[in-house]
This record gives sequence, structure tokens and C-alpha cells, in this order.
Amino acid sequence: MNPPSETKQEVARPPARRALRLIQRMFIHLGVLPFLLLIAIIVFTALSGNFLSGQNLTNVVRQSVYLIIVSLGQMLALLTGGFDLSVGTIVALTSVVGATAMAAASVASPDGAWLAISLGCLAGIAAGTLVGVANGIGVAVFNVSPFMMTLGIASVGFGIALYITGGVPVYGMPPQFGQVFGFGRVAGVPVPVIVAVIIAALAWVLVNRTALGRYFYAVGGNVKAAHLSGINTRLTLFLTYTLCGLLSAVCGMLLTARLETGEANIGASMPLESIAACVIGAVSLRGGVGRVGNVVLGALFIGLVQNGMNLAKIESYLQTVVLGTLLILAVIADQLRLRLIASMRD
Amino acid sequence: MVKEYPGVLALDRVDFQLRPGEVHILFGENGAGKSTLISLLAGAQEPTSGEILMRGAPVKLRSVHRARALGISAVFQEFSLVPQLTVEENLFLGAEPRKFGFLDRQTMRREARAILARLDFALDPAETVQRLTRAQRQMVEIAKAFRIQPSVLILDEPTASLTERETEQLFALIRAATAQGVGVIYITHRMAEIRRIGSRVTVLRDGRVIATADAETTSEVRLVELMTGRVINEIYPVIRHTPGEVVLKVEGLTSLTQSVRDVSIEVRAGEIVGIAGLVGSGKSEVARACFGLEAVAHGRVWIRGEEITGQPPRAAMQKGLFYLPPDRREEGLMMMRSCRENMVLPALRDAPIRRGLFLDVSQEQSLSQRLARRINLQPPLPERDVGHFSGGNQQKVLMAKSLARPVQVFLFDEPTTGVDVTTRAAIYRFIGEMCEAGAGVLLVSSDLPEVLHLSHRLYVMYRGRIQATFSGADITEQNVLTYFFERMAA
Repeated sequence: MNPPSETKQEVARPPARRALRLIQRMFIHLGVLPFLLLIAIIVFTALSGNFLSGQNLTNVVRQSVYLIIVSLGQMLALLTGGFDLSVGTIVALTSVVGATAMAAASVASPDGAWLAISLGCLAGIAAGTLVGVANGIGVAVFNVSPFMMTLGIASVGFGIALYITGGVPVYGMPPQFGQVFGFGRVAGVPVPVIVAVIIAALAWVLVNRTALGRYFYAVGGNVKAAHLSGINTRLTLFLTYTLCGLLSAVCGMLLTARLETGEANIGASMPLESIAACVIGAVSLRGGVGRVGNVVLGALFIGLVQNGMNLAKIESYLQTVVLGTLLILAVIADQLRLRLIASMRD
Repeated sequence: MVKEYPGVLALDRVDFQLRPGEVHILFGENGAGKSTLISLLAGAQEPTSGEILMRGAPVKLRSVHRARALGISAVFQEFSLVPQLTVEENLFLGAEPRKFGFLDRQTMRREARAILARLDFALDPAETVQRLTRAQRQMVEIAKAFRIQPSVLILDEPTASLTERETEQLFALIRAATAQGVGVIYITHRMAEIRRIGSRVTVLRDGRVIATADAETTSEVRLVELMTGRVINEIYPVIRHTPGEVVLKVEGLTSLTQSVRDVSIEVRAGEIVGIAGLVGSGKSEVARACFGLEAVAHGRVWIRGEEITGQPPRAAMQKGLFYLPPDRREEGLMMMRSCRENMVLPALRDAPIRRGLFLDVSQEQSLSQRLARRINLQPPLPERDVGHFSGGNQQKVLMAKSLARPVQVFLFDEPTTGVDVTTRAAIYRFIGEMCEAGAGVLLVSSDLPEVLHLSHRLYVMYRGRIQATFSGADITEQNVLTYFFERMAA
């Protein structure tokens, strides 16, 4: 190679190549999300004039809150280098147990609607969190790989949810539950959105401002180094899956309020969508890297795509094709990014 | 030949010649560039610039496979065996004998037996590799190199885990190979071996060839001089020895795996106690057992009078013990996280960084700034990912982890693996300062000059047992080496 000619090239670099380099830089720093977002907005605006309206974008946010909450739980599992395939099951089981308990309490004391709602929520969230506890025990204590543990638990939980309901939706909850937690607004903001904002803020504080949050990164970054630094890695892993279960359970109750029934069949697409949201939000599948803000954006992006496809009248069966493709593209983009970083390190 | 890694010039204009029929020894400290050189010759990596000539013709060694096809066979320290496969499957991996497109198991078995018989290795070809001992795996690895008739044979410390008898066999083989005109490149740290089988010896230091000399006539003293260079007095600081009370006491320690047997040691405040020994002698396991990383079968460990036997690292840390692992990538650091997060990780559970439920971010920042200055992090950017720093700076970050909290006893396990001389000197100064500040230091090292120069007292281990103890002026290479290897009388 001839150094002088290279310097000349540097000076006379055409603007197109400079732009390419800028895009490369952006890609390395921000990941694939901004690019996907741009493409999605262009495509869907072209397909449907309503897409960019304020009304529709509010809709996107309202529809995305469920995925945002689950994705934040999923993020914790991914940070520690694992993942949770049972988030969908937790959503379903929470919905069924919560609705059943609420309906039963409501029959027992027809006047105490709010008591019934509290009891139902408590029962549902406890059931969902318990599934997370089971995952945590399996992964942390018995060293079962997160893949096997959460896949197995997903089957167990789904079976239980179907068994409880016999496959039929659970009715009989007090109407106030849906009115407040499903469709209610405070100061014009939908209640589920408020809940999601609070959870996202708490998740941010947990991950960035507490020792436990740092331990999630440490366990995923290098579990042996974490152990040598005096961190209780088992406890950390246990809490990871328990918290993921808790967040999925909260989502389960919110969805139940929205649907006004307890259903065993909701949440089936949650594992894929939540992992996709995290990966698109630049959470590393190898553990140790990820940010709350980006995950929220990743989940919003998926909501945006789903909304856009609905507006463009794309069939729901085809929508899952698009989502799966997006997930794989995001992973490929992540690999490309790592390769770019490696090649630019000098 | 030049090989550059990001930020590190691993090999700097190295010229190296191998004649047919000679055993050319590569000699040098850890990180001198020996391993880099042979990985280039074996096709595992490509040189940044420079060329490799075989019999006068330039060759491009793009892969290990290509190098093998040209007759270059290498045995590396890190075993390239698939543990789940059998000995014979490993021997023929990538070159399986075939019949009509299917594996020809009979031929494979026959040829494997023939190779092992020729080498006189007592191995069952049908045994799976994961059931073999380290020495047996080494034998499989050597057999693999001899499967083809090589013209160049590269051996990287092949005797590190072999017994005396197996070593003899290997030497006989090497002699037989050289008699047939094979050129052998042989890496060793053992002086005795240079004289025994070497024809010529090339000394590497800091990625450069210092000298190439005749192996038989060059004295050991001269070789050490060449290897360490004249900076020897500048590298090793003089460390005051002011022994105080016993801070670490180990009594009758035996590990569950028997890697440590009936070991008793003592470390006082204000002194550096070394443990020397071969790789696999159990010296590292002593430190690991103290820190709760090796299961203990018998024996007890005390820190300043408080027993910590079998307790996990976090309990040992609370008592003032800290262990710095040998492999920063494997056990030391989170490469994708910042230096700050890595350095303060051991200190998150306590004040001042922990304030109630939360982390005090400003305290954390100021601590990490202070630590970065203390270890002279270059460039001084603690927010950058550790993985983006040079190996030497990564090692410094690892050291800094021990400063994040109060520590009375340091366990350094191979603290200077793969770092350059400047960092090495900095780490030695660091260890010295800790000692002079009144901490007890246990220094486990395979680097003989390092333990010889730094230790106030020195234990020598062989096969899990302590063979000898030296202190002060008795710590000499001669004295220590006497106990390094299997003693004929024993």
C-alpha cells in the first residue's frame, strides 16, 4: 500500500462517500432503530394518509403500552445473558387467575366492587410473579438454561391457564375494572399509558441507579467477574426472572381490563415481540448491554409497524411474517454493527 | 515480519530462520511474542507485513489447513481438541479416511493405532477426549501433529504437563524427526531443555529478536540476561519488608479435586509471599480456595483471626480479602462495559457509593476518576468500554478493582499475564506500594523472575504440595528450581 496516495484520497473524498461515512457512524452509535423508524414512517405514510395524524399516533402509544411493559421485563432477562420465553404464558395466566378471582369476589360481595378488583389484581399478579419465581429458581439454583426453563414453564403455565378456564373466556368482573384500567383517562391521558410511564421510570431507576441494576449488567457482562467481585450471582438471576414475571403480570392485568375478560389465549405473540423490541432497541443477545429508553422505543416501533400494517389493510397472518423478518433483520444488523466496530477499531 | 494488534505491536520486524534437521528454540518471557510468531507460522494468523519463505519460495499461510498441507504442523498450548469426540476422531478431524463417501472407521482405527504405536503413547483410540488427563490430551495433540509427515513441526511448551518418562519419549521422537530432516520450532521456559534438545536458540523480548545463539555453548546466565534485558533492575522495585501480624493463615488445606494437598501457609501484614511452581502444580488453586472458588475438602483458612473456610467471595471480601484472577477476559472484566463500572463493581454494596436503596452517582464518578488517575489509565477516559483499551491498560483496570474497597490481603494470581514491560513495571510498583502500605500480599506466578524478585518469602509447589520454603537471600533461581520438578529421590 502507498500511504501518500491514500491521504490524497482522503482529501478528495466525494460528498457521497462522506454521507455514507456519516450514516455508518450513526449506525454504530445508535444501532438499527433510527433507520428502521425512518423506513417505516416513509412506507406507511405512502400507504395510508392517516398514518401520521396525531390521533393515530396517540393510538399507537396506547396500543404499545402492553408490549412496552413486557419488553422491559424481557430486557432484564436479556441483560443477564438469558431470555424469558414464558412472558406470554405469564400474561395469559395472570389474566385468567385475576379474572376468575375478581369474578368470584364480585359474586361474593356484589357491593364491594373495588375490593373485588383489588383482590383480583393481587391474585393475578401473584400468580404471574410466581411463574417468574419458578423460572428464577430453575435458572439460578438448578442452572437450567434459560431457554429450556422458560420454554418448559411456558408450556406448564399455558396448560394451567387453559385448564382453569376450559378454554372459555372468563366473564363477570366488575365493570369499573375495565372502565378505569382499560379505558379510563386521567387528565386526558389513558390510564394504561400512565401505568407504563411509571413502570418505565421505575425500571430506569432500578437499572441505572441501584446496585441490583448494575448487577444485572455485571452478570450478563461476565458472570465469573461478577462472582469474583463479590456479587451474589444466583440471587441476581433469581430476581431477574422474578421481576420479569412481575412486569409481565402487570401487563396481563392491564390487558384483562382492556378486553374486559380473562383469556388464556392472549400473549401468545409476546415472547417474540418483546425480544424483537429489545433487539431492535440495541439490547445485546450476549448480555450486558441495553438501555431502558431504547427498549421503550423498540416496543413503540413494533406498535407503529403493526398499526401501519393495519391501516394499510395487511392481513394479520402476513403481519406475523413481517414481524419475524424484522426480528431477524435486527439481529443481522447487530452483527454487522459489531463487525463494523471491529474493523474501525484502530 | 511485523504483526500488529490494535494498539500493540506484538512482533516488530522479526527475522527468523529454521534449517532442516534442527531444533530451534524460541525463548523469552510471557508476552515477548513467541506465541504470536508461531501462530503466524502455523497459519492461525496473518502477518501485518513481511513474508514467510519455505525452501526459498514465498508462501501465504492463510489458514492452519493450508499450513498443514504445506507440511507445517503445530501443537499449541491451548488444546485444539473436541472434547466430546474420541481420540481417533480427533486425530483425523478434517481429514477423515473415506470409503464410497462414508467414514471408513476401520482404516481410521488402524491408522490411529499405528500412529500411537509409533509414538509409543499408551492411549486407547476409542476413548473420548474429555475423559483424558491433561497430559494425555497433550499426547493426543502431539500425535495429531505427527499424523502427517511434517517438514516443520512447531511445539509450544509441549512438556508443560508431561511426566519425565513421557518427556523422554517426546524427545526421542523429536530426535527421530530431526534425523529425517524435519525442522522443529520449540518453545520452552525450561533452561534444562534448551541444552538437552536445542540446536539453536532465538531470544525474543517485547516482540523483537534480541539474539540467535548456539544452544549448547550459551550459558544460562547469558540467556536470562538476554531474555529479561538490562532493564531488570528498573522493572523490579525494592520493596520494604516490615512483617507485622499474620493476616492470612492457611492450615492443612486440601481441595476437593486434590489439586491442593495439605498446604499450610502464612502471610503477614507488610510482606509479599510468593508461590512458585509449574502450571498445574496447584499454586493458583491455593489462592482460589482461600477466596471460596475451589471446594475445600480439609483444612481451614483465616483472615486476621477470623475463619473464612469455604465462604463465598463476597464474605471473604467483607473480611478484607481480594483475589485478582489471571485471565482478565475470562474472569476479570466485563469487556463491553465501561472502566468505571468495572472498577467500582466490588464497591457497590457499601457506603459511600451505596446510599440507602440507591447508588450515589457522583461518589461513583469521583471514585472512578481517582482510580483512573491512581493506575494511570491511558487514555484517561474511564467512561470508555474496557474492551477498547490495550491489554496493559485492561490489566491496570483489573488492579484498580482491588482499590475500590478496603483490602488487607491481596491474592495476585499471575498479575502480569500478557502485558508489556512498562505495564509490568507499573504493576510491580503497585504490588510494592500495597505491601509497604501494610497489606499482606500473596503472589502466585509462573513467571520465575517475577516471584524471585518480588517475594520476601517464597513457597515452591509441586503436584499440589508445598515442597520448600525460602526467605530473603535464599530465594535464588537455583534453590527454587531444585524443587520445581519431580524429585528423583521422591
